[in-house]
Order: sequence, then structure tokens, then C-alpha cells
Amino acid sequence: MKKIRRFFERVVEGGFLVSSTVTTLAVFFIIFFLFKEGLGVFNERPTEPKYVLIAHNSNKVDKLTSAQVKDIYDQNITNWKSLGGANDSILLFSIDDLLNVYTEEELGPELEYVGEKINAYISERPGIIAFIPVSYIPSKEFSGKEIILDRISIKDFFLGREWFPTAVPAAQFGVLPLILGTLWVSLFAILIALPIGLVTAIYMAEVAHPKARRVLKPLIELLAGIPSVVYGFFGLVVLVPLIQNVFNLPVGETALAGSLILAVMALPTIITISEDALRTMPVSLKEASLAMGASRLQTLVRVTIPYAKSGIIAASILGIGRAMGETMAVLMVTGNASIMPESLLEPVRTIPATIAAELGEAPHGGVHYKALFALGIILFVITFGFNLIVASTRRKNKAA
Amino acid sequence: MIMKTKKQINQNIAFWIFRGISFLVVTILFVILGFIILRGFSALNWTFLTSMPEDGMTKGGILPAIVGTLCLIVGSIIFAFPIGVMSAIYLNEYLKESPLKRFLRTMTENLAGIPSIVFGLFGMAFFVNTLEFGDSIIAGSLTLGLMVLPVIIRTTEEALKSVDKSLHVASYALGASKMQTIRKVVLPVAFPNILTGLILSVSRVSGETAPILFTVAAYFLPHLPTSIFDQVMALPYHLYVLTTSGTNIEESRPMAYGTALVLILIVLIVNLLANAIRSHYGKKVKMK
Repeated sequence: MKKIRRFFERVVEGGFLVSSTVTTLAVFFIIFFLFKEGLGVFNERPTEPKYVLIAHNSNKVDKLTSAQVKDIYDQNITNWKSLGGANDSILLFSIDDLLNVYTEEELGPELEYVGEKINAYISERPGIIAFIPVSYIPSKEFSGKEIILDRISIKDFFLGREWFPTAVPAAQFGVLPLILGTLWVSLFAILIALPIGLVTAIYMAEVAHPKARRVLKPLIELLAGIPSVVYGFFGLVVLVPLIQNVFNLPVGETALAGSLILAVMALPTIITISEDALRTMPVSLKEASLAMGASRLQTLVRVTIPYAKSGIIAASILGIGRAMGETMAVLMVTGNASIMPESLLEPVRTIPATIAAELGEAPHGGVHYKALFALGIILFVITFGFNLIVASTRRKNKAA
Repeated sequence: MIMKTKKQINQNIAFWIFRGISFLVVTILFVILGFIILRGFSALNWTFLTSMPEDGMTKGGILPAIVGTLCLIVGSIIFAFPIGVMSAIYLNEYLKESPLKRFLRTMTENLAGIPSIVFGLFGMAFFVNTLEFGDSIIAGSLTLGLMVLPVIIRTTEEALKSVDKSLHVASYALGASKMQTIRKVVLPVAFPNILTGLILSVSRVSGETAPILFTVAAYFLPHLPTSIFDQVMALPYHLYVLTTSGTNIEESRPMAYGTALVLILIVLIVNLLANAIRSHYGKKVKMK
């Protein structure tokens, strides 16, 4: 009998052991999949699938970066000379222009002659750059050649100032505006939340009546439990029109709205962790200070807070981490502009909001898809880094 | 006459400022809750909760979203609760303080710190694509389950820690094995706090949008789910689309308020229950 029971117990204990490996496995799997998809972006060319960029056969230029293509089509670059080619004006052409040049009869009722016509058109214009579907390239003697877009480089990705994944003919994947947008909104949020949260934590830990504290604690937990969408909803319906009116803006979706909402969302984290830090102070230190004639306030400022300093710093870092990782609330109130942030009263885009907004439309496995995973890597590394810092400070403290 | 020294006056001013700011925080909470309750109250009725949306989401109800959220709650808890509790038991009862234990604890903390959108990315890459579950209840539940797993582990560990050591010792002294002790002594004592952790996870799962955006959520389904490989509507996602991308944003507003109110009610009820359990059973669980 005892042996059977022992056997079952061993089995169950094995189950416990296996369960405890799940979190570790999950973390490694998450890292693996993020990096597998995300790092692939540096192997990709930001082209539109099934379309090519064509230049005349005689053109010396055969490679371009996506930034250069954008400048060409924005007409910031107008001569092939600046790209290393001959001194010739760049002539822009895309498939839609075809109808302006040839009549429908010339192109054929089922578009059979389009390939020929394109070929003829290109051969007459050495300065041309054409953006056309691959299917219209004639199989025999083509007067043009494909311009290969450079792969996305690490420098272009991290320092590129434009995030425009749906640009044609070359998508732009510069994450700088997104990183700055995230930092911009989160740092302001913490700037607001930290003083308020700290003071509330001090109040709860040191000043409040035990009854008041017993009421406050569940209320703070309630604040923490409100879902992100609900905060976003409130922000969109109340805060955004308010900001629009107060500051006389064309739209109220601004970084300011995002910071305010994030501040409220980060408050419970800051409050609870700071409060815990303040309460761990040995009473003897407090009593010693009071015995020497210091008021409660003086004790607070000169003894308690310095003692709890590392806990308070941990609270702020975790608060920043929480703010940076927030998705829905920010998505709903900061507007839709992936631009370099310059003021609080303009729309802005954060990394999580970008991922949430664009992943649904990114073709699976394509450049955009991988770029969004790369954004996920950035986000993960930042928040993971913060958590590591906090964890190691905590361990250092315990040792001390 | 009581002379107030400058020190005393400074302290009084400071403490009143502290009170004021704390009051501000509570006011913010009440403004948000009050706003949604007041505006959503009129939308909330039996029809709203039990019928399908109609007319481009401007009329009818949110039944499929409620059902969907329930499915996701059940699915994620089925995955996360047993694994979470067993992990916590193993960590607390079987492992001694060692680098391994610290490593496992760190891993749990790391998982807890991952932003919800990253869970959504992973869920899509792994469950939806690699394992080819597609956008489904099972993909969404597993993703959400991973997200709340650290919460359950943390609260269960706290619950187990708060069980007095003397109970362990007494049980061994009577000849019980470790497993018997756990089963018949430790778990029953820790149960209320474990339960608290469970319902807090329920609240968390019901409100999260980012993990389900690309793993299960659908904008509109004309029928209720019939298998775990079905897509499903969900309350938080429903609120999001009603507010930002419906065809009739203005007219759907009352429905949005109602949905927000349902979400708030879930959080309120769960928090009330958690507090009731905690105060009834006396032991406090530390929440972070």
C-alpha cells in the first residue's frame, strides 16, 4: 500500500517539477520567436511585392536605398548625377501614367500590348525610372533593367527618421520617431505620476489614519485593475475633447493626452511599491529620530525617505516600464502620426501602439511584418532591461 | 494657548498637502468610474446583455462579446491555474534556497514584466502560425494564460508562505509525508489567498486587449462559438472597435458606454470578492 502511494506521490511531484519549468520555457520561447521574425527584417528589401523599379539599360545606377527612392519620388533628387549616374534629369513614371500616354486601343482590349508599349516608352527615355508590375515585363529584349533596392540596414532602421511602411515604391522603416515618441510620452507621464504617487505613498505609509489606509489600499488596487481599453475610452471621450478646447487645437489627440492617461495608469504601480519600501523601515530608526526631537515631517524627510530611496527608485523604473509597454490606452488617445515628436500638443506614435495598429494589415512574413517584430524586440529589450535593473538593485539591497 | 512652533506649522502644511494629493488620486478614480457608470447605466439592460449586435453595432446587445470573454477566461484559467499552483508549490515546498530557486523566481518575474503586446506578438507567431491553430479560442487562451501565469504563481507563493511553519512541523511529527502535508494541511489553509489570486487573474484576462488582437478577436461574428478553433468576440476588443473603427462611431456610443460599464463591473465585483475573502480569512496577501 505504502509503495503505491509513494509511486503516485512521485508522479505528482514530477508534475510539480515540470510545471515550474513552464515560465522559464515561455520566456525562452518568446525571446526565440521575437528574434527569429524580427531580425529577419535586416535581410529584407523594402519593395512592394510583384512590382519592380525599372531604369534604362544604359543607366549606370542599378542599386538604390529606400531613402533615395523616396527622395526621388518626392522630387528632392532630380538628376541621376547625384546618384552616381549620368547627367540626366530623372523622369518619373508609374503604371498609372500609361493611360495618359497611350489610348485604350493601343494597349489592347485585354491589355496584351501593354508590355510592348512600356518597352518602347522606356527605350526612348534614358533618364526614366519606372515603377511597374512584374507581369508587364516582356520576356524578350527588354530595354530596361531592374533597380535592386538595398536591404534594410541596421543604421537605416534605428536612425531612420521616417516610419512609412506603406510608401510606394519603397517602404520606409525608420524607427527613430517611434522610439522618441515612446520615450516622450512615457517620460512626461512619469514626471506627472512620480510626485503624485510618491506623496500618496508617503501619506498611506506614514501620515494616514489606519482606517484611512484601509480604505485607500483597495481603492488603489481598483485603479490598477481598470483595463487599458477603458482608460483609453475615457481618455478619448473626455480628455481629448478637453485638451482640444483648452489649447485650441485642430485635434485633441496629442502626446499630452497620452501622458496624462499613462500617468494615471502608472500611479498604482508607483504607489504600491513605494509604500512597501517606506513600510520596511525598522521602527527603531523612526523612534530614534523622534526621540531626538525631530517632528514627524523631519523624520520622514531625513530618515525614512533616504532609507527607502532604492525602493522608490525601483518604483519609478517599474512605472516607466509599465508606461512604455502600454498599448491600447495610448493607441486610442495619441493619434496616428508616426512623426518625430516636437511638442506635447501634437499627435505622436509609440512602439506598442504601432505594433497594435499595423500588425493586422501587414502581410504575413513580409517586410512590414518582420519590421513590427523588430519593434517588438526593441520594446522587449527596453522593458526587460528595466526589470533586470530593478531586480539587481533589489538583490544588492537584500545583501546589504 | 498652544504655541505652534515653525516646525509644527511646516508639518501641518505638508501633511495637509499630502492629504490633498491623495484625495486627488481618489477623485480621479471616482471621476473615471462615475463617468462610465453614469453614462453606461442607461444602456445596461437584459436585452443588452443577451442579444446579438444589430444595425452596424448601434442597436442590440453584446452577447457574443460576453460569451467570448467567458470562453477566454475559462480557457486561460484551465491552462494557467494548475500549472501556476503546481509551480508555486514546487518552488515553495520542495526547493531549498539555491541558485536554481532564484533563477526560477527571476524567470517568473521576467515573464510578469513583459508588455501585453509582446505576448500578442508571440501568441500570433507561435500559436496562430507555427502551431497552426489559427485565430482561435485556444490560441487566445494560451496567450492570455501565459500572461496571467506569473500572477497566479506569485499570489499562490505568497499564500503558501503565509501558512505557519508550525503546521508543517506538526504534520510531519504525526507521520505524514510531504505530499499528504501539502494536500491536507497547507493547501486548505492557503486556499482563500490562492482563490483571491485566481479571481484577480480572471479580472485581468477579461480586460486585456493586446494579447487577443491577433490571436482570437473578431470584429463581428453572427453566431456564437462552437469549437475551440473558432474565432470569438471579446469585451475589451469590442469596446475598442466601437470607439475607434465602427462605421457609426457616434451612434454606437451608447453601446460603447455599456460595454465599458460591463468591464468596470467585472473589475469591481472581483475586487469586492477579493477583499471580502481576504478580510474574512484574516491573512493579507501582498499585491504588486
